[in-house]
Amino acid sequence: MDSQAIAAAPSDDEGVRRRDFIHLAAVSWAGVGVAATVVPLVYQMGPSGDVLSLSSAEVDISAIQPGQAIKTQWRKQPVFIRNLTPQEIAAAKAVPLSDLRDPQTIDERTKPGKENWLITLGVCTHLGCVPLGAAEGENRGDYGGYFCPCHGSHYDTAARIRKGPAPRNLTVPEYAFTSDTVVTIG
Amino acid sequence: MSFPWAKNYAPQHPLMQWIDEKLPLPRFVYNAVGAGYPVPRNLNYWWNFGVLAGFALVIQIVTGIILAMHYYASTGGAFNSVEHIMRDVNAGWLLRYAHMNGASFFFIVVYTHIFRGLYFGSYKAPREMIWLLGVVIFLLMMATAFMGYVLPWGQMSFWGAQVITGFFSAIPLVGETLREWLLGGFAPDQAALNRFFSLHYLLPFVILGVVILHIWALHIPGSSNPTGVEVKDEQDTVPFHPYYTAKDGFGLCIFLILFFTLVFFAPNLLGHPDNYIEANPLSTPAHIVPEWYFWPFYAILRAFTGNFMGIDAKLWGVLAMFASIALLFFLPWLDRSPVRSATYRPVYKKFFWVLVADVALLGVCGVMPASQPWIILSQIGAIYYFAHFLIILPMISRNERALPMPTSITAAVLGEGAAKTAPAA
Amino acid sequence: MVRLIGFFVGLGFIFALLYAILVTPLAIEHNAAEAFHQEPRPLALASNGPFGRFDTAQLQRGLKVYKEVCAACHGLSQVRFGQLEALGYDEGQVKALAAQFQVPSINPDTGEPATRPGLPSDHFPSPYANEVAARAANGNAYPPDLSLITKARHGGAAYVHSLLTGYRNPPANLPAELRPGTGLHYNPYFANLNIAMPAPLTSEGQVTFDDGTRATVDQMAKDVSAFLVWTAEPELPRRHAYGWAVLGFLFVLSVLAYLSYRSVWADKKGH
Repeated sequence: MDSQAIAAAPSDDEGVRRRDFIHLAAVSWAGVGVAATVVPLVYQMGPSGDVLSLSSAEVDISAIQPGQAIKTQWRKQPVFIRNLTPQEIAAAKAVPLSDLRDPQTIDERTKPGKENWLITLGVCTHLGCVPLGAAEGENRGDYGGYFCPCHGSHYDTAARIRKGPAPRNLTVPEYAFTSDTVVTIG
Repeated sequence: MSFPWAKNYAPQHPLMQWIDEKLPLPRFVYNAVGAGYPVPRNLNYWWNFGVLAGFALVIQIVTGIILAMHYYASTGGAFNSVEHIMRDVNAGWLLRYAHMNGASFFFIVVYTHIFRGLYFGSYKAPREMIWLLGVVIFLLMMATAFMGYVLPWGQMSFWGAQVITGFFSAIPLVGETLREWLLGGFAPDQAALNRFFSLHYLLPFVILGVVILHIWALHIPGSSNPTGVEVKDEQDTVPFHPYYTAKDGFGLCIFLILFFTLVFFAPNLLGHPDNYIEANPLSTPAHIVPEWYFWPFYAILRAFTGNFMGIDAKLWGVLAMFASIALLFFLPWLDRSPVRSATYRPVYKKFFWVLVADVALLGVCGVMPASQPWIILSQIGAIYYFAHFLIILPMISRNERALPMPTSITAAVLGEGAAKTAPAA
Repeated sequence: MVRLIGFFVGLGFIFALLYAILVTPLAIEHNAAEAFHQEPRPLALASNGPFGRFDTAQLQRGLKVYKEVCAACHGLSQVRFGQLEALGYDEGQVKALAAQFQVPSINPDTGEPATRPGLPSDHFPSPYANEVAARAANGNAYPPDLSLITKARHGGAAYVHSLLTGYRNPPANLPAELRPGTGLHYNPYFANLNIAMPAPLTSEGQVTFDDGTRATVDQMAKDVSAFLVWTAEPELPRRHAYGWAVLGFLFVLSVLAYLSYRSVWADKKGH
């Protein structure tokens, strides 16, 4: 068959080039198709519509007394809502920023006029355990905030990292006070 | 094995040479579907369907693995999890509709592939093993499709599971016990759903394994061709790549156009509305039917309406339904005509088309309610089906006078004169 | 040997079938109900056909019909309030709409079952706790969930529309056994002619449409049918749009693949 193929093949360069072009075009176009097919196959693993619809949570905070905290949920993650006492606020303010691994003032971590409300994710920034300290009687660590028992991270009263392996302060999610007693997280 | 003139894999690049020494996978591919596999030069479009079937299997496995990431096999949650896929999962509706219609397309392609084999006598020596493995694939596909249809836990899913497992209860003595064992209970429920899910995930990979054997067995004698005349020398063949990769590529495009037309514009055309109603073990839909690809077999099952020779109608139906597929295993030995292609078998050709019409008739009977005139039509259809394979085919293969055949594949393509004057290999 | 055995097996099946033909009465049974049953009348909706999209104004009207008429007995359990944004509502409107429904919940203080106003992330609540409760409240009839109804019935939206507008007095020649019993209502579009649901849309203006559309019975039936197409196939407009893109892409690919195929075979085609 080789002899025949050679005999029949157009000998001029132009013919060969035109032929190569059509194969190249077909294969490239098919390649685009394969790439486009991969999109839904990858995209499907992302958060689905029902998960995204949980993007905000309303919490009634009227029952939280100063010094107390509650655990609630936002996007299936624990959220700590703490009503700080004036002493705790004062303690947080007394710390010089230069002592902090992730320098942030308590004012940056609370809303103006509501600085007794400290709202953070209850997810340790080290490897994601839930720190202790939100419930009554739990170990609040060396700095009177939260303490993560997994690898020993200590957070202070403004939930800033002070000791242990965690790299950052507990995350403050986006939230807003819809009224004096209701806060919307997310 | 291959023809002595097959091109030899000779990697130029040092990296490819290195790989070839350590793990000759590129060599394997080259010899299987590359330039190293010589294929008859006269294959027509009916020969595209093997590759298409392989492609359909890939679609099913890929979309299936993804659906399994979101589906959940619980009688309380399965139906809702399918709706969750349809509504909430990113591109979930696309993946699920592709899987649903992919099953139908897989069967369309495989049925075409089977009828191509019947018409061109592809099951005959030396290719019996390819045919046998093909029938095994077909059986595995039917089992996989049935179990997949149960998973959404709609009304048809549930009652399909009830009826199909009911076949086994027709077996004397052990039937009931066997059915309870299959279901893990007295009716389809959590245990059945869970095991069907597990097996539905497993079987496609078994199919994939048998497909590899099917292709392996194909490479021993090489592909058949529309004339049924064996390859004689090099001018009868072309290398698989690029000749048939190009042709299959074009065929695949046409397949995809039809497939996506259905997926995007009529995704539920081949389905049944009742399967959008959640399974209710207390109420059977007014008219239950299996998926379209089972209709002919369902018609054979229902055609047996009389207790005959001490065997009750139900058992006759079940036996006949299994026999209608099992007889395909014996086809290479039922048809002894040395001529393969129906092109040169004038009598067989007529009966082949009668068989096609007969299977279509059985298909229509299968979807129609079990009332006259559909009962008698399905009975006539079933009589012809069995007569065709077990009586007519063996008889005509003894008496038929074949038409004159071309002396070689090249002669069939280029004419007798051209074949003689073409340079020898 | 194979052929001999096959021959006798074949004969066995054939005789069993011939016997079956003999013992099965050939008479074609007439189902009396079939003569009175009617196929759904065609219904033109914006979502029909390969270019179909939704008419959001119509969907909003349909939602109102569902809310004020159907929701009393029928659930819409697959639909989340938040998805109603696809009907052209903004976040605030969806929130307000969700809050009109009470969804099951637990009392945070006692843990007792309770209800609370719906949130956008909630699904439409079902009017009955379970099938038994639904049957008990409806004379043993079970009002089906409507989320998928246009996919779950032959004829789809056209069936829903015809059914809603198909109530009438039984024809005079209707045999006694097909006449509606107590608690049943004659409707030729329903599979067995007699449906437990009383005509839900009875008078013009039963629902007041916010966009000023005249709320005739037919209009309300049409709008709610269109809305139920959306609840069953919310992905429909996207599906059609992607479909055309994919087919366009594949058409170009087919042309290229064909040219490539012809060019590969250019030196081989002898016929």
